[in-house]
Amino acid sequence: MKVRFHSWLAKLLLAIICFFPLTILAQEQSQAGTPVSNQTGILVLAIIVLLVSLVASLFLFFRAKKMVEKIRNKKNGDTIQQFEKYLQNLDSSQIEKILQIKQKEKNEGKAAESPSTIKSVLIVAFTFLSTLFPGHSLFAQTGGTKSGLFSEGGIIITITLIMIPILAGIVLMIVKLSNMLRKHTNRQALEEADKFATYLATLTDEEATATLAQRKTALDFALINNELSGEQMPVDKKGLVSNIETEGYINFVARKKKAQKRPNIDPQLSKLIIWYFGCAAFWLLFGTTVGEYLGIKFVAPDADQISWLSFGRLRPVHTNAVFWGWASLGMLGLGFYIVPTVSNTALASIKKGWYTLILINAAVILGTIFLMAGINNGGGEYREYIWPVMFLFAAGVILTLVNFIQTIAKRKTKEIYISNWYIVAAIMFAITITVVAYIPNWQNGLGETIIQGYYMHQGVGMWFMLFTLGIVYYLLPQQLNRPIYSYSLGILAFWTQILFYTLIGTHHFVFSSIPWWLQTVAIVGSVGMVIPVLAGTTNFIMTFKGAWHKIAGSYTLPFFLVGIIFYFTGSLQGTAEAFRSTNLFWHFTDFTVAHSHLTMYGIICFFLWAGMYAVLPRLTGREAPQITIGAHFWLALIGLLFYTIPLMIGSTLRGQMWMQGKPFIESVVQMAPYWLWRAIGGSLMWLSHIFFAYNIYKMLSKNETIDVKEVALAKLVQQTTANEKID
Amino acid sequence: MEFFNNHKKLFWTAFLLFAGLTVLVAILPALNNQKNNKPLPGAEPLSAAAVKGKNIYIANGCVACHTQQVRNIDMDKVWGSRPGIPADYAAIKRTDLWRNTATLMGTERTGPDLTDIGNSQPSRDWNLVHLYNPRIVVKESIMPAYPWLFTFKKEPSKNDVIVNVPKEYLNGREGKIVATKDALNLIAYLQSLKQTKLPDGTPSPEFLYKRKQAALGTATKTKELDGAALYIANCQSCHQPNGEGLAGAFPPLKGSPVVTGDNLELYVDIIMNGYDARPEYGAMAGVGTNANLSAAEVTAIINYERTSWGNNAKKVTEEEIKKIIDFVKLKAQ
Repeated sequence: MKVRFHSWLAKLLLAIICFFPLTILAQEQSQAGTPVSNQTGILVLAIIVLLVSLVASLFLFFRAKKMVEKIRNKKNGDTIQQFEKYLQNLDSSQIEKILQIKQKEKNEGKAAESPSTIKSVLIVAFTFLSTLFPGHSLFAQTGGTKSGLFSEGGIIITITLIMIPILAGIVLMIVKLSNMLRKHTNRQALEEADKFATYLATLTDEEATATLAQRKTALDFALINNELSGEQMPVDKKGLVSNIETEGYINFVARKKKAQKRPNIDPQLSKLIIWYFGCAAFWLLFGTTVGEYLGIKFVAPDADQISWLSFGRLRPVHTNAVFWGWASLGMLGLGFYIVPTVSNTALASIKKGWYTLILINAAVILGTIFLMAGINNGGGEYREYIWPVMFLFAAGVILTLVNFIQTIAKRKTKEIYISNWYIVAAIMFAITITVVAYIPNWQNGLGETIIQGYYMHQGVGMWFMLFTLGIVYYLLPQQLNRPIYSYSLGILAFWTQILFYTLIGTHHFVFSSIPWWLQTVAIVGSVGMVIPVLAGTTNFIMTFKGAWHKIAGSYTLPFFLVGIIFYFTGSLQGTAEAFRSTNLFWHFTDFTVAHSHLTMYGIICFFLWAGMYAVLPRLTGREAPQITIGAHFWLALIGLLFYTIPLMIGSTLRGQMWMQGKPFIESVVQMAPYWLWRAIGGSLMWLSHIFFAYNIYKMLSKNETIDVKEVALAKLVQQTTANEKID
Repeated sequence: MEFFNNHKKLFWTAFLLFAGLTVLVAILPALNNQKNNKPLPGAEPLSAAAVKGKNIYIANGCVACHTQQVRNIDMDKVWGSRPGIPADYAAIKRTDLWRNTATLMGTERTGPDLTDIGNSQPSRDWNLVHLYNPRIVVKESIMPAYPWLFTFKKEPSKNDVIVNVPKEYLNGREGKIVATKDALNLIAYLQSLKQTKLPDGTPSPEFLYKRKQAALGTATKTKELDGAALYIANCQSCHQPNGEGLAGAFPPLKGSPVVTGDNLELYVDIIMNGYDARPEYGAMAGVGTNANLSAAEVTAIINYERTSWGNNAKKVTEEEIKKIIDFVKLKAQ
């Protein structure tokens, strides 16, 4: 009967705990009346309390239930079974003790039994719980008095302050109660131990000791450690062990796994890829040197007064050099490795690869000179190169498209690995957008703006992002040495990216005079982008699952991980920026600049570096020093954060000043410290590129360190041949 | 699946999906817009000098920091009297064989919007000084200086346009800074940037996301408008934060008889309709009319000017200023 009562009480309490906040919530809503939007804060608080209470009550419910069950079992007399279980689980030393005691007992008498009583701790526990009741009624009262004033900040703060002790009280209650329950459980365990001891004492000697003794020998069994090897000394007859370090020393730089030696790839192809990487690294260094200088100009506008170096001319030099020079060449270089590899065949034409390289380099060199000389296409971002220059780029990319499709056409695998979907699609789309952006037929007046929005966003999303995803789909699983988590998620991401991304270009011109419906489509598309981004991120993260420990031992995986994190955060930030409400204070400010660096740098650059550090040692057999790779990684990451976070804060404030109608020049003054931080972050990023360039050089450089063994051997050979001659 | 293993089918599908969407969201809307929008009847085509000036504007990448679009939201009201409409851009065609159409709408507002700069800052003298080095007139500016649009002459001829550059910006040279044709063309372009009035009877599109006036309205009734902020926004770039103007270009307001005197009619007339009576200084545009300042705002500016930098004149009331504004408006017509 007693037990029944307890469980009934527990259920009642549970119900009260669960529903009390709910009833208060209902009260709030009915009393507050009209200002619904201002209630969100209250609602959130109420939900928090509700959740905490729910978790607390569930926790207590299960604890109580467990105990009640235990008591019930005891009543039903399951104890003997339980004791037998204990007996089976004794370890060797315990058995030994028992056996010893049994031995002694042979000469001695019997032990007595102790009576058992059911403690009423449970009642205490629940009474305690009910003493906390006033806490809840207090809460109810505050809920009642605050009615009608929810929109007032002071009231909200007050309620929050009241909530804190209540929540703390609930937490305290859980802790106390669970302590009490534990004490009770311990006491019961002690009682049980008493009984068990009695039980042990009553065991009849012969059969029990025999089984126990048998059990003891079984537990004491141990291998002697030479069952397989026998008595022979270990000898590495097949040369499986190499690079033996006999002396231990402190590692100042964490020792990471070395790149594995791979089947040699065609030296001709290898040379081509190396050239792509080399040119890419050059353009990164060049482009970001320009970028760094531009960042300085925000702080020191009179750093120079030369027309070729003025801000308006250099800005597109920076963006175009890192876009078409660095990122594009880097991607294509990795593409030349990946496309034939996953097709299990040779590249269709190495010659075409060289032509592409020459054409793109020519485009960036000419484009840069034209821009600095003041010849540009008219100011649309990333469309500043005039058409003859962009034609060179497009021609190069078309050659590579043909090259890749021919390679895939003669593939030796049945399926087309998903990397090739992404890579080929990216190239097709890049050509499409370039053609659409440079054909003049639809570019008069506002037509230019509509095309511009489409072009600039497809440029980043369909060329850089899609291509880079293709790279990740191959190199990430390969570096983790496990298959990609889900092929179908990759396919989903592929098609949804095409579907949604194509629509979102005009979100760069929200509130401008382009058609309202087109802006709305772009915003909806931006929200749709959540699907491919989530699918992609999930896929990559789940591929890491169970292999997280590999990050610590690899110098490429950290780059991949950072890329994945920014892929998620940067892309979703893009969605958030597209809304009309956020456009009010973010559009036209440096927030866009911060966003483009979070994505183009955080995603694209980190993935490209990861790829190059993974692929280049396979081509040359040489790795870069770990310390400089580490320096590159950390400087780039910290620099990026220093660059973007202050810029985001400053530009949000600036947007708000505009909304408040403050004089424009005040918003310029306000930005000064944030621009300084940007320049500092930019300097760190730039420094990291010096390390990157050095690493590339180390991976390419032919002058190896002298291998004493090799040289000694050569000398020996020389000597012996000389000796032979003398003989 | 057979489809996924056939590169022709796979890649053609992806391409067609992308190309189809491209046509729908980019090409067709673009074609539609260029077909259906004509320039406003009141729109003036660019002069020959302004066309050349626009090319200078494009070449130097001014669009990197300056937008030319008034969005249909309340916060953009400072950049024009009405939101931009497609017709505002309809006259802009391909620049030449090599270069694309330049609507120059921009995506970044590091500097101010220039849609209506021809109205809000029409002064050639100010623009020339500002171009030579923006920090001469706006100390906090981070805009680049454009000295290559100017030449240095020891003895300028009569036809040369001399720029009033203060001594400390001449680096000890003796002579004058003279504007080149490029600089004058660029300013001709800037001066041509004016929002065209909508034809009579055409309703202007609304500014959305209005600032909440309810709380503000009650505050303004009891408190004066912030004259200092209005001064910064409308007057400071010429007359400077210290009210001392710029020798040879913009007259001082500190100790000025117009500012501290009793001839309010002249004072208000200058603010509303501009002034060019003194040859030693540049001409002033009708700042008040261009910026559509209200009587309350003009009063706030006047009171700020009459009581700052050591000026110590009696404050004026909104009522008397309102009367004078109505009067000088009639005079201007």
